[in-house]
Parts: sequence; C-alpha cells; structure tokens
Amino acid sequence: MRRNLLFILMSIEIMLNAAGLAFVTAGARWAQADGQVMFIFILAMAASEVAVGLALLLQFYRQNESLDADAARQMKG
Amino acid sequence: MSVTAFYIAAVIAVLTTFLVITRKNAVQALLYLAVSLIAVAVIFYDLGAPFMAALEVIIYAGSIIVLFIFVVMMLNLGKRATAAEATLLRPRMWIGPTILAAILLAEIAYLLARGNTAASAAHLIPPREVGLALYGPYLLGVELSSMLLMGALVGAYHLGWHTQPKPETQDVRREHATSPDAGRGPVRSGSGRTVGAA
Repeated sequence: MRRNLLFILMSIEIMLNAAGLAFVTAGARWAQADGQVMFIFILAMAASEVAVGLALLLQFYRQNESLDADAARQMKG
Repeated sequence: MSVTAFYIAAVIAVLTTFLVITRKNAVQALLYLAVSLIAVAVIFYDLGAPFMAALEVIIYAGSIIVLFIFVVMMLNLGKRATAAEATLLRPRMWIGPTILAAILLAEIAYLLARGNTAASAAHLIPPREVGLALYGPYLLGVELSSMLLMGALVGAYHLGWHTQPKPETQDVRREHATSPDAGRGPVRSGSGRTVGAA
C-alpha cells in the first residue's frame, strides 16, 4: 500500500476526474447540459482541494521531514 | 463522435492512469498524470463537450499539475535536487509520456481537420447552453463554489504563511536589540552639543 502523501493527493485528483468524466458522459447520453455544469463544480472543488492539500503537505514535510502518512501518528493535540 | 478516436483516447487514459499509481518517481507520475488528463480532454471533445475539454486542459493539466510540480520542486531543495534534475533529463524519464502525448496530438489534429460533421453536431452541447444552465437553475451552486474558492484561498494562504516565521522573528529581534545602541549615539552627541551651547 502506498503511503506517500503526494501520491495520495494525485490519486484523489484521478478519482475526482473519473467522477467528472461520468457526469459529462451521462450529460452527453441524455443530451442535457447539467452534466457539464456538475463537471464545472467538480473542477472548482478539485482546484480548491489541491491548493489546501498541498499547503498542508508542505507544513507536514516541514514538521516531519517525510511524506509518509504514518508519520502523522506522532501528532499530538 | 468517432468511435476509433474514442477507443484510442480511452486506452491511453486507462494505461497512463495505471502508470501514475505504479510509478515510484513523483515527477514521472506527474508526467503520466498530465497525459491522462489530456486523454480525458480528448474524450470530452469526442463526446460533444468542447468547452469541458478546454477547461480540463487549462485547469487540470495546466494549473493543478503546475501546483504539484511546484511542491515537488520545493520538497527537494539543495544538492540532492541537482542530482535528481540530472536523472530527469534522461530519455528514459520522458520518452513514454512524449509518445503517448504525440498520439493524442495526432488524434486531436485529425478530429479538428475533419471538422464538425453532422454526426458530431447531433451530440454537441454548445457552451452557450452550459452557461445558460449554470447561471439559471444552478446559480446557487455558483455562489457556493465561489465561497468555497474564497475559503480555499484564505486557508492556503494561512497555511503557507506560518511556514517561515523563524528567520523573520530572529531578524526583528536583532533589530530591536541593536536599535537602542544605534539610538544612543545621536542622544549622546545631542546632549554634548547642548552642553557645549550652554
């Protein structure tokens, strides 16, 4: 199992992109614009998520000198 | 909608996504992730959503991947980074993503050169319709996503602001420590001058 936080964030991006692909495909199947509207919302959410996630990752690396997610078990409070 | 173009882009998307989650090198995984997002953009174009394809390339493959690359560059600074840079320029690192991206480029060039045929126009949902839906029944969602983006901006700024407080506070303290010494000089000379004038 991979525990690198950078790869975890990249995998979250892949999963959000898959959800957006499903929305756009469903919108194309029924010829409605709603699927593309939902994709725009997913895009905004993914952009904000990756900004906060990468800022947290930099803080994590400064404190623990590693990107291992298991290092966060030392966290107190 | 061209079926062969869709299948080529779909195979490339699945292959590159699998390569992203199996690579050990973060930069190589990011290159494959960019190719995967561009392949999904080609699928969007094929599905009759050209505006979504443009947004996918601009926001996902443009800004989000660039953010990841900035963070990877910030994580390994120093001598180790220059050694890592040398390995990144070897053809082994970039030949795979380059070939797959070239296939996608040829495919999108073929689709653009063929133009909007009647088959693709039947499925096409124009950006105008998307915009009307976005600012009609989904107006509340637009407001909510603007609040989300504002919160993300403030949160990322706050988290990034607290990363380097140590050198700044040390400099400030040193300035405070040296300022009484620097301030004592003019006072002494001024007092001497008043004594001389008296």
